Amino acid sequence: MIEFRNVSKFYGSFRALHDVTETIARGEVVVVCGPSGSGKSTLIRTINRLEPIDSGQILLNGEDVHRPGLDVDRFRSGIGFVFQQFNLFPHLSVLENCTLAPVKVRGLSEAEARERALALLERVGLSGKAQSYPAQLSGGQQQRVAIARALAMEPPLMLFDEPTSALDPEMVSEVLLVIRDLAHKGQTLVCVTHEMGFAREVADRIFFMDEGRILERATPEDFFERPQHPRAQQFLSDLRSPFARSV
Amino acid sequence: MSVDLSIVLSGEFGEWLLRGFLLSIELTLITLVLAFPLATFIALLRLSPWKPLQGLGFAYVEGIRNVPLLAHLMFWYFGATQLLPEGARNWLYEHDAETVCAIIALTLYTAAFMAEDVRSGIRSIPSAQLEAARALGFGYLRSMRLVVLPQAVRIIVPPLISQTLSLWKNTSIATVIGTAELMYQAQRVETATFRGAETFAVTTVAYLAVSCVITLIGVLYQRRYPVRAA
Amino acid sequence: MIDLIKNYWVYFLIGQYPDGPLGGLALTILLGIAALGLALPLGVVLGLARTSSHRALRWPVTALVYVVRGTPLLMVIFWAYFFLPAVTGRQTSQFNTMLAALVLFNGAYLAEIVRAGIQGIPRGQSECARALGLSYWQSMRAVILPQALRNMLPSLVAQFVTTLKETSLGYIIGLSEVSFIAGQINAQVLTQPVAVYTTLALTYFVLCFGLSRIVGVLEKRAAVR
Repeated sequence: MIEFRNVSKFYGSFRALHDVTETIARGEVVVVCGPSGSGKSTLIRTINRLEPIDSGQILLNGEDVHRPGLDVDRFRSGIGFVFQQFNLFPHLSVLENCTLAPVKVRGLSEAEARERALALLERVGLSGKAQSYPAQLSGGQQQRVAIARALAMEPPLMLFDEPTSALDPEMVSEVLLVIRDLAHKGQTLVCVTHEMGFAREVADRIFFMDEGRILERATPEDFFERPQHPRAQQFLSDLRSPFARSV
Repeated sequence: MSVDLSIVLSGEFGEWLLRGFLLSIELTLITLVLAFPLATFIALLRLSPWKPLQGLGFAYVEGIRNVPLLAHLMFWYFGATQLLPEGARNWLYEHDAETVCAIIALTLYTAAFMAEDVRSGIRSIPSAQLEAARALGFGYLRSMRLVVLPQAVRIIVPPLISQTLSLWKNTSIATVIGTAELMYQAQRVETATFRGAETFAVTTVAYLAVSCVITLIGVLYQRRYPVRAA
Repeated sequence: MIDLIKNYWVYFLIGQYPDGPLGGLALTILLGIAALGLALPLGVVLGLARTSSHRALRWPVTALVYVVRGTPLLMVIFWAYFFLPAVTGRQTSQFNTMLAALVLFNGAYLAEIVRAGIQGIPRGQSECARALGLSYWQSMRAVILPQALRNMLPSLVAQFVTTLKETSLGYIIGLSEVSFIAGQINAQVLTQPVAVYTTLALTYFVLCFGLSRIVGVLEKRAAVR
């Protein structure tokens, strides 16, 4: 479904992505992990063109994502993106946040969009908050609304950029449960996260990145029990230190 | 009719415009020199710990700022001059009453705006600085002078430069009371030559040129003296 | 002083209406509202152009804004006064001349306020709107501008107060706004210039100070959000 071919990206002279080549199949759940600055967020943001690339190609269902003539808006409406900072629209209610895109982009009627949004809010456990405003919700609740908002577009692909990194610890699991639920229902999803317990349980494959390269790609069992690359080994042993909270 | 700048730029008319331009600059500089100390004084009044003084400063700022400069000019030139004893009034009329009244109005007006910029600049310095100075035994005024104001200067200068730009443009309003600054002279030249386009083009360029210089000074200052965090 | 007010208060408030065009304080307020009402859309358009990624749009507008902001308002009024008739082909009323000058002048200032307002919205908001598939215009209209305009409200009211003061320059082209009327009253009465001009100053003070107070209340409410 997603294919990276020799993708490179620079910020000035700093190489953020280094000749990345990889394929992700439909229905697959991929978790991307690695130290800070490894290029994980950059990688996921190039998929829906929030970041441009400098060389190589990214193909989504065979279509070149960074081709100049592409109708970017239509293309992006087929990808759900969940941000670390939730980015709910503060001037709109929870329900309006979820109906905005289906109405404006897909052309749904207000009633249809509302029905769909309410069903999704129910699914993430927030149907009682439909008329509330983002400022009245906790971080975990806001992020769940953000997921519902992205799902309202019924995208074949969902991307998560460190969805729980901005949350207080007690709210992390409520969000991860929602994402796990999506994974079990067969959603193709790519998730950048530090939550290794989640990765172990939910991922089909784990990509370990460092310095702009995917250094290891393995099933959770292989990754945690038999890491091949020395940096992956180093990463995992750092995680297992007494103060780490996952694994 | 063809456009001919030389009529407006040379001879008598050119001289009028030049004199007006120079007077505009003079008004700006004199007002700056007078307004800044006044503004600092008002700002300190508003920042002082005594309610009556705060009220005085507040009354000054709000009373002046909410009245247009035109009304100020008319008050001083048509109104206040009538309050003077006859001898003083006649002396004033013989000695450029228009310019004097313009300077008074411009100074009071500009100082009201500058006072607010000075005040917010001083307020942005953490109160701990003033407390530390007082703890060392300095009185309120000395603490301000030695510790707070030197730090506040960097923060205050950019908005003050912005006020100077406003002041420069405001000098044009003095024309309504007959002050012979650039706008007044431009109208004179236009009336005499019927060359509206050329006269106003030259005048506009003159105003823009000085505006550019003022803005440039602001940019250079901020580059050379960026605001340092405590 | 009392006689002065008794004789002239109607003239001061509404000019020669209904025996002539509307004037006085009513005209001042009307002109202010009209000017800001028209300047705001212009300011939004120019502000959007200032934040645009297309240089062909950004540079000319930036130049225009800087030129207008570096020129005294009086100069802009004279330009309008002398050249609107030539451009429109007919005599332009003093009101329309003043209105045109104020709209252009305030539009340029509002452009900067709008620009700051738009750039003050966190980047994540526009990124998210675009990530959902909303186009540039859709995300501007539905997400960015509503938030930006709400944040700009105190600045907008402050600009309205400034516009009201700027109407006083209509005096110079003979527009019967309240400063001109005060001048007329003074020319008739002759013996009470201090009373006349103090009343004028007080009128502006009440009007502008009152509006500024509203700004203060709005800022407090915005901070609570």
